[in-house]
Amino acid sequence: MAEPLVEYLLRLGDDRLVLGHRLSEWCGHGPILEEDIALSNLALDLIGHASLFLELAGTVEGQGRDQDALAYWRDEHEFRNLELCELPRGDFGFTMVRQFLFDAWSLHLLEALSRSTHADLGAIAAKAHKETRYHVRHSSEWMLRLGDGTEESHRRAQAALDELWPWTGGFAYQDQVDQTLRATGIAPDLSQLVAPWDATVRGILAKATLVIPDGPMRMAGGRFGRHTEHLGHLLAEMQIVARSHPGARW
Amino acid sequence: MSQARDRWPLWEVFTQPKDGAPHEHAGSVHAPDAELALQNARDTYARRGEAVNIWVVPSEAISASTPEDVGPFFDPGNDKPYRHPQFYKGAKGG
Amino acid sequence: MPFSESGCFMEPTTKSQGASAPHAGADDPARVTAFEERIARGETIEPKDWMPERYRKQLIRMMSQHAHSEVVGMLPEGNWITRAPCLRRKLSLLAKVQDEAGHGLYIYCGTETLGVERADLVDQLLEGKAKYSSIFNYPTLTWADMGAIGWLVDGAAIVNQTMLAKASYGPYARAMIRICKEENFHKRQGYEILATLAAGTRGQKAMAQDAVNRWWWPSLMMFGPSDKDSPNSAELLRWRVKQKGNDELRQRFVNLSVPQAQAIGLTLPDPDLKMNPETGDWEFGPIDWEEFYQVIGGNGPCNRERIAARRAAHEDGQWVREAAAAYGEKHKTRQVAA
Repeated sequence: MAEPLVEYLLRLGDDRLVLGHRLSEWCGHGPILEEDIALSNLALDLIGHASLFLELAGTVEGQGRDQDALAYWRDEHEFRNLELCELPRGDFGFTMVRQFLFDAWSLHLLEALSRSTHADLGAIAAKAHKETRYHVRHSSEWMLRLGDGTEESHRRAQAALDELWPWTGGFAYQDQVDQTLRATGIAPDLSQLVAPWDATVRGILAKATLVIPDGPMRMAGGRFGRHTEHLGHLLAEMQIVARSHPGARW
Repeated sequence: MSQARDRWPLWEVFTQPKDGAPHEHAGSVHAPDAELALQNARDTYARRGEAVNIWVVPSEAISASTPEDVGPFFDPGNDKPYRHPQFYKGAKGG
Repeated sequence: MPFSESGCFMEPTTKSQGASAPHAGADDPARVTAFEERIARGETIEPKDWMPERYRKQLIRMMSQHAHSEVVGMLPEGNWITRAPCLRRKLSLLAKVQDEAGHGLYIYCGTETLGVERADLVDQLLEGKAKYSSIFNYPTLTWADMGAIGWLVDGAAIVNQTMLAKASYGPYARAMIRICKEENFHKRQGYEILATLAAGTRGQKAMAQDAVNRWWWPSLMMFGPSDKDSPNSAELLRWRVKQKGNDELRQRFVNLSVPQAQAIGLTLPDPDLKMNPETGDWEFGPIDWEEFYQVIGGNGPCNRERIAARRAAHEDGQWVREAAAAYGEKHKTRQVAA
């Protein structure tokens, strides 16, 4: 395993790169022009954040890898994103429920991270946090409209929540990497973010008349390179052009 | 093909380019309610940082003068010079 | 990005336009004269102004076709977002396609000032009753197509849109001004992609040349048939919706593009390209108008796929639009009840 800070930055960057990529798949296929623009906005912000985290990871690593080397030349088992992020985009309900759950976590995480003792990491987190506040607003409002819209939208949103909720255990996953970075104030204690995230999420879900499913959390492995089968296909598509021309500039 | 129940009404968008400036008409967006109208307006007309504030108004709420009003409403009043500062002599020192 | 140049669409059939024949006496001749005098004086026509019924219909047709083109135009480039070979290009391409959605939106909204609803215009497109720019019926086969499209297709659109920014109908002109401001980065991005490829590996250079070979002639066709073969041109010029003819704009585009190709070491697929020292124009070879009419008639390489994609998005999105509308209604009545 790489140095803890590099690992940590890859986790942050990979979540956003993979999720941003999934959002970008909507471009040209959204339910209405205005929402196409909104989804593209989300995708751009997330991929932008990912670029910053990955570029910093490469710098800290000090082996000459930049954001593109990390994004396009690592294999599946080297990616550190949560499974939640790599699941296919599904219907609009699935996309929005996933986005809401992620945005709510990101909001609290980035707010805490903006106070990191690592100045560069803190700066990226502060900028990303500002944009995430807008993301949460957007996805929350859609949760209400889907959950409390029509019978069909409610059914689809509930089905999405039933499938996605068990993956949310991964948000608070912590290991040696986090422990090491907490000791110097670089990273926050993720277990402290669970209660505020839970409050944010439950409040909106209740208003949306959606029910949180019972049952265990899914076995998670994304944080240490054990992914679902979906990631392989995603990366194959994402990396193909770059990998077909080694050494090329674009 | 479209049913009436999936149509979103039209909203007019007014953006304030910077602090202290008046709002200007930027265009319109479709939205089902005011909150999404504001978000759609921001994404469509302000994503390049062109605005510090946004108003959205349902298009049907706007009343407008018509070309027939031009005469009575907007007579330039060249025969009413007392409405303009140049008509008045300034006091010395004031 | 693209445009609804009158010439690059087939004249709509009467069945698609419904009652397009003007009612006898519907346009008071005195008002028509006054209107044309306003046009001649360079005045701008606004939504509430009196206008001949034919002017209104022509604008609805031209503007809606332009809007449809922007939205359909998202598809060929959207095709490569997930495969963009570096993060900077991924972001740029996504932002460009997002802009195209925005451009479609501006123009649809401008069209709605003429008394039509966007949802009805979209229905016409999806039912095959409305046209859009021929260029988007060509497939994007390689990453280099992103460069060729930005440079040539957006380049052609800019030539046309700069002119349309002075159109006589206010909402159209204002939408064009907004679009022109955003358009320049699109062309620059495309040209930069091609320049980088042309200066890259042998494989990249071959990819770039292949893309230019495929997109050059369709880009010239974007300007529509020669003026003598373009039925709407004269009327649109008289009403100052257009200010220049198709041939003049096409020549301007060729004159701009030839030195740009030379500057990055790519050739254009026209053995007849020749500089005329007297006129200063780059004279070019014959355009295959048979291909053009096939494509705008519905038989291009991917007309069917483009409309199928837009139809799928619209149908798949119906429950979403309904949900939001229903929520809006529920909360309106809740407020009233409280």
